[in-house]
Amino acid sequence: MKSHLTFELNGEATETFCEPRQSLLEVLRDELKLTGSKEGCNNGNCGACSVLLDGRVVNSCIVFGLEAQGRKVTTIEGLAEGGTLHPLQQKFLEHAALQCGICTPGFLVAAKALLDVHPHPTEAQARAWLAGNLCRCTGYDKIIRAVLDAAPSASGGK
Amino acid sequence: MAHIYLPAHLAKFTRGLRNVEACGATLGEVIDNLEIAFPGIRERLVANDRLTPGLAAAVDNVLASGLREAVRDSSEVVFLPALKGGV
Amino acid sequence: MSAKTSGAKIGTYQVIGTRPIRHDGVEKVTGRALYGADLQMAGLLHGRVLRSPHAHARILSIDASAALSMPGVKAVVTTADFPGSGNRVADLGEGTIKVRDLCANVLAGEKALYRGHAIAGVAATTPQVASEALKRIRVEYEVLPPVMDVLEAMKPGAPILQPDLRTEDLGEKGSTPTNVAKHLRFEKGDIAQGFREAERIFEEEFKTSMVHQGYIEPHNGTALWNPGGELTIWTSTQGAFTVRDQVATMLDVPVSRVKVVPMEIGGGFGGKIPVYLEPVAALLSRKTGRPVKLLMDRTEVFEGTGPTPGTVIRVKMGARKDGRITAAQAWLAYEAGAFAGSPVVCGMMCIFAPYDVAHQLIDGYDVLLNKPKTAPYRAPGATSAAFATETVLDQISEWAGIDPMKIRRLNGAKEGTRRVDGLVYPRIGYLETVEAACGHPHWTADIEKLPSPQAHTVSTKAHRANLLHGRGVASGFWFNIGLKSSCMASVNPDGTVCLVEGSTDIGGTRTSVAMQLAEVLGISAEDVKPQVVDTNTVGYTDVTGGSRVTFATGLAAIEAARQIERQMIDRAAALWEVKPGDVEVSRGCYRLRAGGKSLTFKELSGKLSDCGGPVVTQVTVDADKHGVGCGFATHVVDVEVDADTGKVTILRYTATQDVGKAIHPAYVEGQIQGGVAQGIGWALNEEYYYDLQGRMQNSSFLDYRMPTALDLPMIEAVLVEVPNPGHPFGVRGVGEVPIVPPPAAIANAISRAIGTRLRTLPMSPARVLEAILKRSR
Repeated sequence: MKSHLTFELNGEATETFCEPRQSLLEVLRDELKLTGSKEGCNNGNCGACSVLLDGRVVNSCIVFGLEAQGRKVTTIEGLAEGGTLHPLQQKFLEHAALQCGICTPGFLVAAKALLDVHPHPTEAQARAWLAGNLCRCTGYDKIIRAVLDAAPSASGGK
Repeated sequence: MAHIYLPAHLAKFTRGLRNVEACGATLGEVIDNLEIAFPGIRERLVANDRLTPGLAAAVDNVLASGLREAVRDSSEVVFLPALKGGV
Repeated sequence: MSAKTSGAKIGTYQVIGTRPIRHDGVEKVTGRALYGADLQMAGLLHGRVLRSPHAHARILSIDASAALSMPGVKAVVTTADFPGSGNRVADLGEGTIKVRDLCANVLAGEKALYRGHAIAGVAATTPQVASEALKRIRVEYEVLPPVMDVLEAMKPGAPILQPDLRTEDLGEKGSTPTNVAKHLRFEKGDIAQGFREAERIFEEEFKTSMVHQGYIEPHNGTALWNPGGELTIWTSTQGAFTVRDQVATMLDVPVSRVKVVPMEIGGGFGGKIPVYLEPVAALLSRKTGRPVKLLMDRTEVFEGTGPTPGTVIRVKMGARKDGRITAAQAWLAYEAGAFAGSPVVCGMMCIFAPYDVAHQLIDGYDVLLNKPKTAPYRAPGATSAAFATETVLDQISEWAGIDPMKIRRLNGAKEGTRRVDGLVYPRIGYLETVEAACGHPHWTADIEKLPSPQAHTVSTKAHRANLLHGRGVASGFWFNIGLKSSCMASVNPDGTVCLVEGSTDIGGTRTSVAMQLAEVLGISAEDVKPQVVDTNTVGYTDVTGGSRVTFATGLAAIEAARQIERQMIDRAAALWEVKPGDVEVSRGCYRLRAGGKSLTFKELSGKLSDCGGPVVTQVTVDADKHGVGCGFATHVVDVEVDADTGKVTILRYTATQDVGKAIHPAYVEGQIQGGVAQGIGWALNEEYYYDLQGRMQNSSFLDYRMPTALDLPMIEAVLVEVPNPGHPFGVRGVGEVPIVPPPAAIANAISRAIGTRLRTLPMSPARVLEAILKRSR
């Protein structure tokens, strides 16, 4: 038995049907076909499914889809605006901050949450905020550099 | 004569020698001549007219493609395990 | 990041050595890149796999009738659905294997050999129904005692996994049932003589735990076996052709009936070379006539896919007081998992590879036990081996009173050194990595005065007194595997070049390969359009692994560029109505030798329709023929040990590596930083933790503790460039060797901090604390 779900997704009013047991990640990927958010562990430990729920970063694999009812959800698909990459996306490219790329959407969303709260984070702040996102390829070095480098323009541009 | 380096477990065919010599213009001929000098060694090196699976041979430090690999008179032939890898 | 150049500089470049944005970058930062799990198609069924709850059990019966009667359940498959007789053998490039064994790891045969071993596959209309159906499949097991320790598994009387296994002992088949699949030996010189020459002999035993590659993307596989008998597979893999060959072998169909479409791949590190789900999806698709998608969850990845072995390694080294190593002996026992095939032979070839030791004897054992079948993991077998050797070398260094860098200078391998496997090193850069480490400010910095990048670990003054510091050094070696690569290239009228290749791109190789083509043609990296395609669209290409893609597929791209250039010369000649010999080319500019006429690559591309039509080429290379490079690295690490808790913090890390020539330095640094991070996890936290029944107790990312951003400092990668003489630009493989030194370097650093040595991985807080408490007693 599916339930009706309405919420704001990347700035657009969205409605769909989902089973009550489906996670927000499953609703995004399987019902709405937005596959940018990834499943790495399905129990909230890797951050590959990070999305913003009313501006706060959450692991969408451990949020029920129905919990998004009436709320605002931002996914990786909503980061670039009007055909322009978000400064974080641009800096990730410039710093080679991705290798396989599977964790990248989650990192970008979590990093956006960080910059929204701390426009000029320290390295320690960046590491702490991104500790919920696992990357197995990069050793985090270039990710942290990209985030720190994105800070001024990201806050200036938004 | 090519100089041959054999793996330790084949030394029993060569009276304990791990460095031996053999003639041949190709890897296959070298192995055939090794067999004449050291009977029984060929079936450890060759299966179905190819190098035994899992075994590689290097001629002058370059991995051989197969038994038709050219061998020069002063070449060095090394038999060693074939490698796989993972990144 | 710094780059140092040693040895001959091969040339000056316009594209190579720059840092262009990767071609697939925008797709990946916008969430548009399609990985295996992202695949959608009409009529898609969803599959799940039933797995053994027991580490060792005989499968008496499987009853799927209740599952099949559920609405939405379309099919169930077991090992009985594999075709043909069980006694076929196949050679998939790594030696002859029984097809039965290959199939039995994908769907268990008579016995379940490890917890998580796949038993049956289900296809249903939704993933939820498929999961429910798993609970309705009744499997009757006769539970058998498992064997979980490599030394126990080697003993007579141990529970036997495969009754027909006989040891291949130095080439001779044994006669009794055993878990020891293989005993191998390497020998050089006269080991007894070597020990006689020693003034002191060091002999130690080391243990390392089974660890997982830990890629963030779980395995996936989607198959459509159409009524015409054509099978298409979409999957995230390190090698589309190896998937094709493995699946065709298991299903006993010609390779031409199997097309494998490589999706983007979310990390592999060797673990996505074997197939797990693809044959199951194919069998389910054949039964249902519909496409079937199978995905693993994280627990299935840990319990059912290839970790790298736990090991027991004994190293005995003889040394003189002047620091010379006179003899090196090793005994290695590697866990193969439930089927033969651990990387023990690689461990044996690597264990003393950085050193020129006249007398060596190395014995290795490939041992079955009730754990998942191991798969390659970044420099397979080498990290554990280096942990042993580099620790003993550090002991020798302390005993002889010789600086760790100097002892490496004294004993380091160089061009002309004969390896224990018989090969002779061509030009290598091991000693250059030692010099780079030695000359780096890190090596001479005062460790106590270091500003801690991990400031959050320091609290009160009393606490600070219990923080101990140490600096460690270790080196490592890994091969650069050649194998075969193919590519095609075609020139577009706007002066760009489409590059079609078979190497799946895990870490930026579309770009590093495209850059080599661009360099030859004198065009920009951006003007090459690389694309990774399916097995029907490009020639045979070996796996993305063995540190080979930038080297080997790069060779193919270079040759393609040369062929294009020759054709372009012909076209320019036709256009100008002269002989090809009258045209010269330099950096993408085609000129009449006599002067007066010239065209850039782009201009000439626009005129091709007037002088012969499209320019297209295809190339295949056997990269082993070009002289593969060898990779060496030397790492320096500073650690802080909390004497109250045993927790180890990495304060500073510097990794020097001979990279030959860095095509795209940022991605080379990335390989080094990533390898180091994995090595740090292996050193400090990661392990398969089993209970007495052989059940893994930490099969989640919460409990299997991989390093997070908070656990690591910046990792400085120092690129030493000693060109590989076997590659036109000097490229060496770079991906694997950076994981080799970290556990040893960290162990040596901990030893200097706490005054006692740890010889077991991981060096978890409990183990470090135990060592500290034992020392102070």
